[in-house]
Amino acid sequence: MKFSQAQVAGYAAVLAFGIAGPFLFPAYTIQLSVLWIMILFALTWDTMGGQMGYNSLGNILFFGAGMYICAIVQIAWAYDVAAYTSHAGAVKIDYTPEQYFSSLGAGLVAAGVGSVVFALIFGRIVFGLRGPYFAIGTLGVALAAGELVGTWDYVGGGGGITVPFYPGEATAGSTFFYFLCFPLAVASFIFLKWLYSTRFGLAINAIRDDEEKAEAMGIHTLRYKVLAWTTSAFFLGISGGIFGNIVGFIEPLEVAFPTVTFGIFMVVMSLLGGKGTLWGPVLGATVFHLIKETTWTYMLGWQWVALGALIIIIVIFFQQGILGWAQEKWPEKFGIVVDEDTSAEDSRREAAE
Amino acid sequence: MSEMIEIEGVTKAFGGIVANDNITLDVPEGRITGLIGPNGSGKTTLFNSIVGYHPIDSGSVRFEGKEISKLRVPGIARLGLLRTFQQTRIYSKMDCVHNMLISVSHRHEGVRDMFSKYSPEVTERAEALLEYVGLYQKRRLISGDLSFGQQKLLEFAMALMNEPRVLLLDEPTAGINPTLINGLIDRLKRANQEMGVTLFVIEHNMPVIMNLAEHIYCLANGRLLAEGPPEKIQKDQRVIDAYLGGHSLELH
Repeated sequence: MKFSQAQVAGYAAVLAFGIAGPFLFPAYTIQLSVLWIMILFALTWDTMGGQMGYNSLGNILFFGAGMYICAIVQIAWAYDVAAYTSHAGAVKIDYTPEQYFSSLGAGLVAAGVGSVVFALIFGRIVFGLRGPYFAIGTLGVALAAGELVGTWDYVGGGGGITVPFYPGEATAGSTFFYFLCFPLAVASFIFLKWLYSTRFGLAINAIRDDEEKAEAMGIHTLRYKVLAWTTSAFFLGISGGIFGNIVGFIEPLEVAFPTVTFGIFMVVMSLLGGKGTLWGPVLGATVFHLIKETTWTYMLGWQWVALGALIIIIVIFFQQGILGWAQEKWPEKFGIVVDEDTSAEDSRREAAE
Repeated sequence: MSEMIEIEGVTKAFGGIVANDNITLDVPEGRITGLIGPNGSGKTTLFNSIVGYHPIDSGSVRFEGKEISKLRVPGIARLGLLRTFQQTRIYSKMDCVHNMLISVSHRHEGVRDMFSKYSPEVTERAEALLEYVGLYQKRRLISGDLSFGQQKLLEFAMALMNEPRVLLLDEPTAGINPTLINGLIDRLKRANQEMGVTLFVIEHNMPVIMNLAEHIYCLANGRLLAEGPPEKIQKDQRVIDAYLGGHSLELH
């Protein structure tokens, strides 16, 4: 793969910010962690909604599933989960650092794998639906998951569950989790960048543009759809596991399956940046997060109104997003050009000269 | 000479409307076969029945001797039986080269192929086919921005990219600028002769189909009305009557 100088500079700047961020702005470590998770949200939503044209409103399912799976594994490492949740607060988890980190590691792996299993199961069901029915169907699955977990006493039901505490100072904990969020977001970006450069990328784009045509051309559409869904699920599951530990306390409706906040944010961020592009979701998530935090700070009380207005504006007037708009304005920058050469022979001759 | 597609007693009804009524016909290998008939005579329904778009009510469809009437669209396409659409269908937000690349055959696609990059040979073949249909210069443009005729040519090139055994073309010249039609006919014939693709073509443009096809079937009201070489079909009174709605008027 070849990179231009501008690209190298861009990547270097993002990585430098990613590494130095929590040290330059220690007060904002958690905010920055959430920013990387938001970027991951937008990227993984875009795999489904932008690249494949399946507007999932239920991707938050995997975030919540990963969060619960990770918490259960962490607690079950040395304790009885049912006893822990039924005596809320009475049982204190006391882990040595070694126990803590090994249980967390196992929990995050289980979160990723478990979410993939969920995606395989639900994929069979929801991929029978198309267009708006898919959006509503996935929304229903996510809402139902939140409600179901709320009645499941093993994991504390609606009362929630507290995850083991980080063994050390709170600020050290924040920094530690920041350095889980940041590499995870980068890993998902690199993985998706690679994935989109393979046949997989074109296949899901083809499904987005005309699924019936893709079928008529013999593309294994279901395989690709399930794969796209499981890819989203894997990264979302792990991010959920980490986020549960950042918050420290998991409860089904507001933290694990926040369908109307995070679940909608991932769609809006991807649209804002430019869906169906690689950098769009990154850009959209960053801009959105900045706007959101600014309104929370300076317009407290009106923050939801401001955010709602922003969402309406994006959905109605700015559907193509920042990068989509740029591509319309400067198509030649995106390689959309008429070639002067009339044949491949011409091009080869020209390249040789 | 072997038969590529054998259709035997195919019937398909939508509610009370029998779109295909006990149709039996063959498409011989390596030839160009035509399918004509007035609007609503069941031509596209027959195409849909062949490619597995909907289940047929009775009868059998065999492709290279293999019964395919129980298979669905993608499975049949992977066997090498491909169709193009009456309303041109391309991947409208992707550029022409990408449209071509994803149109490669998925016949033996393994898991590794799903994550493979396109080899320079495949890209070269895509560009050569785009050049073949005269779209090389526009290969980096978003295909949805092309004119209707160009989209039709792209769809044809995509079908060739798939290296099908048989290509079912649903009105390939409809909506194409008359001056380009001759070029298209020439390309269809060359695809048939040079690439060995068997063609089965629905066409309303009589001079085109008479020029193109070696054998023509005519449908009317869901039934097979007549068949034969172009010269015979052209003179067949039943065909003339069917096209003119049963009124025996003189053609000027």
